[in-house]
Amino acid sequence: METGTSRVKRGMAEMQKGGVIMDVMNAEQAKIAEAAGATAVMALERVPSDIRAAGGVARMATPEIVEQVMNVVSIPVMAKARIGHFVEAKVLESLGVDYIDESEVLTPADEVYHLDKTQFTIPFVCGAKDLGEALRRIQEGASMLRTKGEPGTGNIVEAVRHMRIITGQIRKIQNLSKDELYHEAKTLGVPYDLLLGVHESGSLPVVNFAAGGVATPSDAALMMHLGADGVFVGSGIFKSDSPEKFARAIVEATTHYEDYELIARVSKDLGTPMKGIEISKLEASQRMQDRGI
Amino acid sequence: MNIGVLALQGAVAEHIRSIQLAGAEGVAVKKTEQLADIDGLIIPGGESTTIGKLMRKYGFIEAIRDYANAGKAVFGTCAGLIVLAERLEGGEEPHLGLMDMTVARNAFGRQRESFETDLDVKGIETPLRAVFIRAPLIKEVGQDVEVLSSYQGEIVTARQGNLLASSYHPELTDDYRLHELFIDMAWKAAQRKTK
Repeated sequence: METGTSRVKRGMAEMQKGGVIMDVMNAEQAKIAEAAGATAVMALERVPSDIRAAGGVARMATPEIVEQVMNVVSIPVMAKARIGHFVEAKVLESLGVDYIDESEVLTPADEVYHLDKTQFTIPFVCGAKDLGEALRRIQEGASMLRTKGEPGTGNIVEAVRHMRIITGQIRKIQNLSKDELYHEAKTLGVPYDLLLGVHESGSLPVVNFAAGGVATPSDAALMMHLGADGVFVGSGIFKSDSPEKFARAIVEATTHYEDYELIARVSKDLGTPMKGIEISKLEASQRMQDRGI
Repeated sequence: MNIGVLALQGAVAEHIRSIQLAGAEGVAVKKTEQLADIDGLIIPGGESTTIGKLMRKYGFIEAIRDYANAGKAVFGTCAGLIVLAERLEGGEEPHLGLMDMTVARNAFGRQRESFETDLDVKGIETPLRAVFIRAPLIKEVGQDVEVLSSYQGEIVTARQGNLLASSYHPELTDDYRLHELFIDMAWKAAQRKTK
């Protein structure tokens, strides 16, 4: 009997496929998310748009919040740790969360090194905006990936950009010859073996979700079309007019992303989605996606 | 043989791969109408609360009950096993309620307690590599249910006529022998129908 194997960690993410993982800040929101059909919840102190508005240092959620959420839902509970913050991650593991997001949404604790995620029994998800970041995170032990997007903006453009970059790079890698692969591994700054795996399979070895800017059912369906295995929704649900309705509609649109009549139907009477931010209006220092590359 | 995989949420592609390795065609099933064209149905692992909700929403509860009651083969893995059960511990409302058994969800604990192990399964010659992820357990079965394997004294694989259920994920390994066993059940069910 073996725990924490790569198959067990990656397999947990496979079970989330086609699902929606929702950010929640308390027990009440967690119950709403579960009732709407979320496949997991992400417990955090503030959703990304509030982190953006409040400024200052964003840290791991308090143990009280994490435990309250774990106590009220039967679906998996994830939580965010700061990039490179080994102790926050160990604390979350000791609390028994099911997945840790080593996340650029929080203020990085280490500007150079990510966590050695192979040292943990529980699995990690990490953000990536291109194939280089994706394979580096996998090499460090990430069992699941997500696009970085631009969290807390309600603007899907960055998540689309990242998903397109990654799928485009995978297609390119598939067509390289072996000698070209050696050079490409050097250029991307990734291990050759992982790149060879992508070359042979035409896919990443772990599940890749969309995240960072999903605000509507159509946004979620668009990301599924572009090749996402599922969707994270951060501020998009609890910063909308009617969280219950938005949550249910995003779940349905993710499952039936090719059924446009259904997406039209579930998008009716939702009220106003979260207010969005135009990406060009963000100062360089406010761009979360540039953290942890 | 066409084997469908209920594609509302969960590990659909992995099951389709295992079905194909075992020599049948795998089809993702998103609409109830598709049930008419398949010889057996797999309900995959995923989140049982999510899959259960979406099944209710799109009329799959009645449709799959009719399908199973017509003698067609159905196989549930992990969340799929929960969905098949007649009784869920903790008073939770059952979903399909087809198999005469009581199931405990997340019976081994949380993700850090998830594991893989070698498992003896009746009808399969050598042990099967079984991956348990926040897995459920079968706490008790009715007299028509045949126990195919146990782990540490708890039931983890069971069969009741044309229905098969496993706590673990046979679709996460390259070993497709449990899928073969199910395809055989689906083939026999189809033979019975044509007679």
